[in-house]
Amino acid sequence: MSHSTPALTEADRLMTVCNSCRYCEGLCAVFPAMELKRSFSDGDLNHLANLCHNCGACYHDCQFTPPHEFAVNVPGTLAQVRAESYAHYAWPKAARPLFARHGTALAIGMTLVTALFILGFVAANEPGALLTAHLDDARFYALLPHEAMVALFGAAFLWMLLAVFMGARAFWRDTGTPQTELRDHTQATLDAARLRYLDGGGMGCFNEDDQPTDRRRLWHHFTFYGFLLCLGATSLATVYHYVFGWEAPYTWHSGPALLGIAGGIGLVIGPLGLLSAKRARMQELGAVGFRGMEVGFILMLLITGASGLALRVLGETALLGPLLALHLGAVLTFFLSMPYGKFVHGLYRYLALSRHARDMRVALAPKR
Amino acid sequence: MAVWDVLVAGGGNAALCAAIAARRAGRSVLVLEKAPKFYRGGNTRHTRNMRCAHDTATGTLTGPYTGDEFMEDLLRVTSGNTDEALSRMMIDRSYEMLDWIQQQGVRFQPSLGGTLSLGRTNSFFLGGGRSMLNALYRTAEGLGVEIRYEHEVTEVEIDGPSFRAATVTTPAGPTRIEARSLVAASGGFQADIDWLKQGWGDRAENFLIRGTPYNKGSLTRALIDSGVRQIGDATQCHAVAIDARAPQFDGGIITRLDCVVFGIVVNKHAKRFYDEGEDIWPKRYAIWGRLVADQPDQIAWILFDAPNLEKFMPSLFPPIEAGSIAELAEKLSLDPAQLVETVETFNASVVGGRPFNHVEPDGNRTEGLTPEKSNWAQRIETAPFYAYPVRPGITFTYLGVRVDDRARMVMQDGQPAENMFAAGEIMAGNVLGQGYAAGIGMTIGAVFGRLAGQGAAAHVS
Ligand SMILES: Cc1cc2nc3c(=O)[nH]c(=O)nc-3n(C[C@H](O)[C@H](O)[C@H](O)COP(=O)(O)OP(=O)(O)OC[C@H]3O[C@@H](n4cnc5c(N)ncnc54)[C@H](O)[C@@H]3O)c2cc1C
Ligand code: HEM
Ligand code: SF4
Ligand code: SF4
Repeated sequence: MSHSTPALTEADRLMTVCNSCRYCEGLCAVFPAMELKRSFSDGDLNHLANLCHNCGACYHDCQFTPPHEFAVNVPGTLAQVRAESYAHYAWPKAARPLFARHGTALAIGMTLVTALFILGFVAANEPGALLTAHLDDARFYALLPHEAMVALFGAAFLWMLLAVFMGARAFWRDTGTPQTELRDHTQATLDAARLRYLDGGGMGCFNEDDQPTDRRRLWHHFTFYGFLLCLGATSLATVYHYVFGWEAPYTWHSGPALLGIAGGIGLVIGPLGLLSAKRARMQELGAVGFRGMEVGFILMLLITGASGLALRVLGETALLGPLLALHLGAVLTFFLSMPYGKFVHGLYRYLALSRHARDMRVALAPKR
Repeated sequence: MAVWDVLVAGGGNAALCAAIAARRAGRSVLVLEKAPKFYRGGNTRHTRNMRCAHDTATGTLTGPYTGDEFMEDLLRVTSGNTDEALSRMMIDRSYEMLDWIQQQGVRFQPSLGGTLSLGRTNSFFLGGGRSMLNALYRTAEGLGVEIRYEHEVTEVEIDGPSFRAATVTTPAGPTRIEARSLVAASGGFQADIDWLKQGWGDRAENFLIRGTPYNKGSLTRALIDSGVRQIGDATQCHAVAIDARAPQFDGGIITRLDCVVFGIVVNKHAKRFYDEGEDIWPKRYAIWGRLVADQPDQIAWILFDAPNLEKFMPSLFPPIEAGSIAELAEKLSLDPAQLVETVETFNASVVGGRPFNHVEPDGNRTEGLTPEKSNWAQRIETAPFYAYPVRPGITFTYLGVRVDDRARMVMQDGQPAENMFAAGEIMAGNVLGQGYAAGIGMTIGAVFGRLAGQGAAAHVS
């Protein structure tokens, strides 16, 4: 079958090699999924690429890894296909070049948005308000009224949802719109929540060398659950505000604050761990040309988490205004960048795991 | 270290099992591996399973496989051509091997897709042989075994039945290393084409070597020249028919072709030469290497038609495809008229009539043909037509050194060596006089490797 990019062509070649070998069958979901097919469309290969967790096990276990002439590098090739798949399915089309320049876009976006917040705070309020908001009873709403905040972030959030949805829909269609059932999604949720396939088939993952000592699963759990807790904090605050009429600021022992603090800690520890793992990681295992996107995504999460925590700790000082600008700048930039960067990996991976659960269920069902 | 307790030559399964066993007994152990780090563990890198006796099913084995049954299988595949007492000892020790090898970090999984027939007898390595090997290396290094790559043992200093020192070729030039005992686990000699030619003549020029290019038997030669007794001759080996387009060395498992039963096999004169329906896997698989070696230019083609294309495990290279038999012949540079005649004669002789079943002899045969196809005979009639070119692929050779039941080498005079042991391919001929049973290569390496390590350690104390 002919393919639209060199990475997809190489992935197809490797799938032929691996299908003739199958030694890695027990390591993860990718190999059993591959065995169900003999020829692979672009959509199939993108599915497999998003199924791969990049644990590195098959790189070290393969007898044909470079320098062998068969030059089999499954994690590296699938990482390339995966990164390119994010751009391929992005909506609207015009935004696709953003992926390769994601780091620069993020840096510009972050600076611009934060500066606009500061300018806005200064322009809309009395002179000096930026540094005296902590004395006002309304705290940060003194700088940015609640309605304005909701309008701004609500709009950004809805745009993000739409764009992410359109991308995910294109991905799902390209992999053949599998007929999944509830149990497939239960399975996929469990697999995603535990990062089942980020364990090198049970011995642990590989990062800097051939020792299975990788801690990325732990760092990812901090990041992922930290992110979910922060999302929970915001959702709970919304309920408090609209359902109960309890308005911010909330004390540190209130529900939203506790969730936010826990989430913030996760979003600091996790990304720091992921960053240090990334620095040490064998280059062969990764994609070429997407470093800005990958590092940018981790940094955005780190800045969001750290500035949120700082706001909690230093909210009673003159730093409230500038920190608020930084935090809101980070969150807004993050929302806007989500459809055009690594964030979509979570969704595409989830979809791939769902299709996989379905495919395996159907393949293993007794034939009538 | 001026004098090591145990010197292990080689870096595969047999070597590492010996090194770990000796180190666990408290000895200083030096492993010298000829290959660079990536290619360490020669043929072990390419394996996927080992055969051990067990009395009950386990999480990864579908049923019991007793020592008696193992012994029967071995006697059958070797046609009795084995040292029975030694093999029985190995099989008895293979029971413990299942646990022992897992204690060294090796992990198993249920049998691989496409090899279900071995699910009861063979334990499959999770992640394959290189994963298995990496686990052994990690364990050995963790225990304090020293490993040096690109170190080839080329000469041995032997005093009567006693090893003294080895000459080692290294990137920095030759050096001499002394040790109180030696374990030779340096594989067969299959990568030395000149040595193969001593047994096979010029035919060996056309052989493909399925595994490592580093197993050239330099240590085997040195040991035999220094008074160790030889076992086997240069033609004995495991050979199968593999894709002729495979590289000369190290193509591994993915160039195997197990589709002879689905069609016919012709030589360069476009004529059939052997019953393609003689027996089922694994035997049918293991005879075709030798059969093709006996054909002109050591080449043959497996021919089949469209309905069979996806009935067997895929392999690295796609089959050559054509719309007619004559066109296929052109593509293969065979005589079209002859190939058409061969196929037509074959088709006309197919009796068939029973349901096709490639898993067991199905009684679909030809009649009035020389040679007959006694099972799985079906007409080759539906385009497109396909062909795979095949050549003999040598897995490993059996000529090596004689050992006793403690893995000690036996000297010319029949006396056991004092401090020299051997394990793995280098002594496989003691167990395998001919034939092969899937997974036994690793059993030979692991059982004799562990014995050799223990013996070498005990000798030093
Ligand atoms: C494609 C393929 C698939 C196979 N699959 C299976 C299977 O599934 N199950 C099974 O049981 N068997 C299998 N075999 C056979 C199996 O590989 C061997 O029987 C087994 O690996 C032998 O182990 P060993 O340690 O004796 O030799 P090896 O693993 O070959 O190790 C020998 C080592 O010695 C080194 N060496 C050579 N000469 C010297 C020297 N002079 N000094 C120092 N070092 C030296 C080599 O570099 C090599 O690393 C397969 C073989 C091939 C080729
Ligand atoms: C369905 C849910 C998810 C799954 C299955 C998943 C899985 C993975 C996997 C396997 C990796 C490592 C390979 C790679 O770099 O692509 C990874 C990386 C990462 N994930 Fe997730 N993820 C999910 C959701 C999330 C979410 C919601 C976040 C945070 C918002 C997140 C943050 C990260 C980060 C920062 C990395 C980058 C690590 C690096 O580049 O080194 N993930 N994810
Ligand atoms: S990665 Fe290598 S060892 Fe694993 S299945 Fe593919 S070819 Fe085989
Ligand atoms: S890197 Fe890990 S998850 Fe990806 S294909 Fe290899 S073993 Fe599977």
